[in-house]
Amino acid sequence: MSALPLDVGADAALKPAVAVLLPAPAAGRSGWRLSWVGGAALVVSLLALLPLGFVLWVGVQTGWDTASALIFRPRVGELLLNTALLVVLTVPLCAVLAVALAWLTERSDLPGARTWAWLLVAPLAVPAFVHSYAWMTVAPGLHGLPAGVMVSLIAYFPFLYLPVAAALRRLDPGMEDSAASLGLGPWAVFFRVVLPQLRLAVCGGSLLVGLHLLAEYGLYVMIRFDTFTTAIVDQFQSTYNGPAANMLSGVLVVCCFALLGLEAAARGKERYARVGTGAARMPSKRKLGRMAALGLLLPALLSVLALGVPLFTLGRWLLAGGAAVWRLDELGPSLVQTLGLALAGALLTSVAAVPMAWLSIRSPGRLQRVLEACNYMVGSLPGVVVALALVTVTVRLPIYQTAITVLLAYLLMFLPRALISLRAGIAQAPVELEQAARSLGRTPAQALWAVTLRLAAPSAAAGAALVGLGITNELTATLMLAPNGTRTLATSFWAYSSEIDYAAAAPYALIMVLLSLPMTWLLYQQSKRTAGR
Amino acid sequence: MKLSLPSLAAAATLAAGLLAAPLAATAQGVKPTPEGIVVYNAQHASLTKAWADAFSKETGIKVTLRNGSDTELGNQIVQEGAASPADVFLTENSPAMALVDSAGLFAPLDAATLSEVPANFRPAHGRWIGIAARSTVFVYNKAKLTPAQLPKSMLDLATPAWKGRWAASPSGADFQAIVSALLELKGEAATAAWLKAMKENATPYKGNGTVLKAVNAGQIEGGVIYHYYYYGDQAKTGENSNNTQLHYFRNQDAGAFVSISGGGVLASSKHQPEAQAFVKWIAGKGGQDILKTGDAYEYAVGTGAQSNPKLVPLAELQAPKVEPSKLNSKKVTDLMTQAGLL
Repeated sequence: MSALPLDVGADAALKPAVAVLLPAPAAGRSGWRLSWVGGAALVVSLLALLPLGFVLWVGVQTGWDTASALIFRPRVGELLLNTALLVVLTVPLCAVLAVALAWLTERSDLPGARTWAWLLVAPLAVPAFVHSYAWMTVAPGLHGLPAGVMVSLIAYFPFLYLPVAAALRRLDPGMEDSAASLGLGPWAVFFRVVLPQLRLAVCGGSLLVGLHLLAEYGLYVMIRFDTFTTAIVDQFQSTYNGPAANMLSGVLVVCCFALLGLEAAARGKERYARVGTGAARMPSKRKLGRMAALGLLLPALLSVLALGVPLFTLGRWLLAGGAAVWRLDELGPSLVQTLGLALAGALLTSVAAVPMAWLSIRSPGRLQRVLEACNYMVGSLPGVVVALALVTVTVRLPIYQTAITVLLAYLLMFLPRALISLRAGIAQAPVELEQAARSLGRTPAQALWAVTLRLAAPSAAAGAALVGLGITNELTATLMLAPNGTRTLATSFWAYSSEIDYAAAAPYALIMVLLSLPMTWLLYQQSKRTAGR
Repeated sequence: MKLSLPSLAAAATLAAGLLAAPLAATAQGVKPTPEGIVVYNAQHASLTKAWADAFSKETGIKVTLRNGSDTELGNQIVQEGAASPADVFLTENSPAMALVDSAGLFAPLDAATLSEVPANFRPAHGRWIGIAARSTVFVYNKAKLTPAQLPKSMLDLATPAWKGRWAASPSGADFQAIVSALLELKGEAATAAWLKAMKENATPYKGNGTVLKAVNAGQIEGGVIYHYYYYGDQAKTGENSNNTQLHYFRNQDAGAFVSISGGGVLASSKHQPEAQAFVKWIAGKGGQDILKTGDAYEYAVGTGAQSNPKLVPLAELQAPKVEPSKLNSKKVTDLMTQAGLL
């Protein structure tokens, strides 16, 4: 899995999910009629609650005795320890690394800073499981917690680097000047003035990294590190949707919400906007001088580890495999199926995001915020949880094992990506234009379509691209839900690398990287734009 | 909106289907339908693909594969019940076949199909048959262990002397089948105790190929896997097996268990003749020849069929006698979950 929008979950107001079941009058008071837009938003949000509802329902169905026997056992303790250690070690390391790198590329005269900035984001184009495939090739003995932390760090630090660099670029240097004039040295200014202002970016990015650590499957299977997600898939492969899998999945949901809660608590309520007239000037760049060589070492080393190793490995396997691994009769259908799913999923998700995005800008209110939070919360759930719920819910329905079910899983998993982009786009479309269209006789739906959505189209496209990227590299939910005969690039890669046929897996990895590169570039550009520079 | 989704999916499926377009022919006298059959395949994807491609070419019957693992697909079929999209179920091991059969979901196989396989490779009730077989082995690193140091029985691996020295893939259906044989041979208490010791002693890997690779690299001294991973790698580059050797436990030991891969036709299948034809074809000369000449290295089980000559002959393996239809996957996963292996 790769690139999520940068502030997923940062927006998740942590209201209990059941609050959505409040009676409708709350909606009336908060200012929006239960029009078709509201109805559509409600439907999408209720749909989003399906996996959560399922986990609760299974818990109740299983009964306390069985559930407690399956939850309170040493194996779950082991997994909890593994997962907690992984998060506790990786996230702070990622944060330190991201802040150091962001400072180097944004605030120092590091030679080639622009190039380094892009090279530090580019590893996002390499799916996490391809990172660990590369490391297994280079160092086959790697395993366990240290390996898990190292490869996670390499695969996920851009999620923190991007927002921190963007925030650093946006800071008003006036504050730092004042602090310096009051007698603080450069280090004290950094720790007492700059770092506190990066808090939101660090919190948001950390949450994103943490959620990826909980959800990732392929990366940890390859380096033999058991987390909740790998254990759930193990159970699934042994028992399909047996109670043990569902109970583990329940514990994982609790872990996700604990992370969301932790982030909300760590975010604080301080004010970060600058006051005063005029625009902030560009921050000055600190001269590295003789330290420049040392400063170059860090991004160079990281680029080698995060880009060099995967590219070298792919090259090595492609060379070793020769022409024989380019089985076009398998690659072709895989590519077509992946693109088909990615396009359909991106389209569906974007359309489903429209009502909520529109409401959140045009008619915000309490119920609307709660509904929106539901979407974000489910977006934070690992694919394995969503897939497990959908497998059981749809097994007796006609949509079972059709593209619809797998697209539904994508919708639930990636809705926040579409929502965030689309919301930003709608916010920039003047409501007056929509009103003018209404006064000229258009219905609300027509006005929305003809004016606002057209103006928001670029943002919608960016959101759709991010959803498409997520789908292209999605593994667990696709493995569990795909229609018969479907093999995407990710599942084909997985099938070959599981048979230790690393050479045959290489072309699939290469195509995934090539497909992801443009979207990673887009993400990079977007982060520069939000910084206003 | 949703109306366009199935058509997109259909386009994708069509694109896939066109590349494997079968020639219309009715070699076995079964008239192919346009939709063909759906096979839930837990066998190695590459082996079943070779079977399906050759079968489609010969008969014109289209085969769509859903790949997964034994007990995953077995439990899935049980969940789907009569509504299952599957026409045929193929496994690597017997327990998942027994699971589906005990839910009463298999149709009886034709007498002609049953006659393709000798009685010792199929359950007496005739609702599924063996399509291939594989032997449990202890693979070891030649630099780390000498033949004299090898365990005499798989049960020895539970002794403290073997702590931290051997590997297995407990999440895999293969290893779970070996445990099911142990359960059938030694009973529940002995199996639970062995699994508990295994949790202490063994290093878990994901997949038998990964175990072989680790043993070859000297990360661990030995591992319990099936024989064909070694032969398959030797036939390719030997990169993951050149430092290793296979040890067969023999003496009717639980570790000498020969596991039967099964094939059966679902009672709910709407394509009975085509599904029956496919299972018969695999058990017959066409399917078994692919085992002999291909790169699967599993044992052939058909009447009069020859296995790959590179393998140690089945008859010399001194496998314990285990009734395949009695192997209990549910009990095994429960015991392994209790032991903390899953």
